[in-house]
Amino acid sequence: MSQKTPLYEKHCQAGGKMVDFAGWDMPINYGSQIEEHHQVRQDAGMFDVSHMTVLDLNGSSVKPFLQYLLANDVAKLKTAGKALYSCMLNAQGGVIDDLIVYYMTDDWFRMVVNAGTRDKDIAWITKQAEPFNVAVQVRDDVAMIAVQGPNARHKAQAALPPDVAAQAAELKKFVGAAVGDWFVARTGYTGEDGFEIMVPEAQAESFWDALIEAGVKPCGLGARDTLRLEAGMNLYGTDMDESISPLIAGLGWTIAWEPAERNFIGRAPIEAEKNAGVKYRWAGILLTGKGVLRNHTKVVVEGVGEGEVTSGTFSPTLKQAIGLARVPANAGDSCSVEIRGKLLSAKIVKPVFVRDGQSCID
Amino acid sequence: MSEIPSELRYTKSHEWLRQEDDGTVTVGVTDHAQEALGDLVFVELPEVGSTFAAEDACCVVESVKAASDVYMPITGEVVLINDRLEEEPEIINSSPYDDGWLFSIKPENMDDLGELMDSSTYKQELDE
Repeated sequence: MSQKTPLYEKHCQAGGKMVDFAGWDMPINYGSQIEEHHQVRQDAGMFDVSHMTVLDLNGSSVKPFLQYLLANDVAKLKTAGKALYSCMLNAQGGVIDDLIVYYMTDDWFRMVVNAGTRDKDIAWITKQAEPFNVAVQVRDDVAMIAVQGPNARHKAQAALPPDVAAQAAELKKFVGAAVGDWFVARTGYTGEDGFEIMVPEAQAESFWDALIEAGVKPCGLGARDTLRLEAGMNLYGTDMDESISPLIAGLGWTIAWEPAERNFIGRAPIEAEKNAGVKYRWAGILLTGKGVLRNHTKVVVEGVGEGEVTSGTFSPTLKQAIGLARVPANAGDSCSVEIRGKLLSAKIVKPVFVRDGQSCID
Repeated sequence: MSEIPSELRYTKSHEWLRQEDDGTVTVGVTDHAQEALGDLVFVELPEVGSTFAAEDACCVVESVKAASDVYMPITGEVVLINDRLEEEPEIINSSPYDDGWLFSIKPENMDDLGELMDSSTYKQELDE
């Protein structure tokens, strides 16, 4: 039996094609995934992301706890509401999940983790929190809507309650604010500006309607995937998992190595891996001719070795196939990809294809 | 509800066939198939002159979501392909039975066509 978000009826009313996603009944699209993709790049679209898990962590030792739990360092968060992206590693240095954590007060942090990893994350975090006396509260009482696109902030402000809108208008990038039972953050997963908004469950449907009224169009998980891929953002379970270290998955930038004495879970194995030299690097792949890159498409770098596309698709913005891939560390800028037994020529590029509506490819 | 023209023949793998006056048979994918695939972005058509046995994979249609094989409905030789699909694969979504046809074949045996489902049988198949 699939779980349903508080917005399930709204999706059905809007003609959403519902599919199972990590045990949730979610809209893959409302007609055309490509149109929804362009809607976000060019104007404003919204995604129901209520299936994601919101956790509140409370306690006087919450900061040292998170410095131990996460590979990135929450000590970087100096102002209230500031967000940090981090991996949560296991003792072997594999990625249990990637997440966003917000610094609310000295004894309160808010965390958003993936839907597919919910149970193992809660179990892991609760277990690690025990010696720190940190309380872990699952916030299933909120729905979450991501409003994304160049006009997203403007349109969302028109739909928010006035006191929430006033605070939202002041938010800098990667900062959130709690206003009563609401929470608004200037974050996202599309490469566009916008908000991720937590709304009390009882007000979720009326807020969704207000966003439609303000000209924001519903977009499904299909468009969310092509948007994040164009933006060069990893997807947990596809681009990395517990068997893949963050160094191979292109997440080295999220690991805070300094201060050297900070002992976070997984530090020793990934530090050893780093010192030994990482054999793969994370890259973008651009198919030169026609075709579509898919997850697990083989990448061949002549005279060097092989790699693999970890997530591939057709980019609606570039009108070309793109992928995120693990390639041999010393690969140059050209490669071949194997599609249905044929080797097709492709380019190795920086893993960011589109940002703020603009192509990042020369 | 997807469109199922009454004059066509159908396969379980959601191809349609239309018998033409010149002895060829035009092949495409059904409205139901295009709907299930989602936005199409690439089509790999068979080569003109190639022959396939019935149920051989002969063509690939790719949507943003996934790649799917198209199967040769009846044994025959490919005599024409829809070149327009190279630049505009999305016409399969907008016009699966007309502009979005895939290829046409010269069947080895035209009687094979009669073995395939008619529209009412295909409709029942979809309803199940």
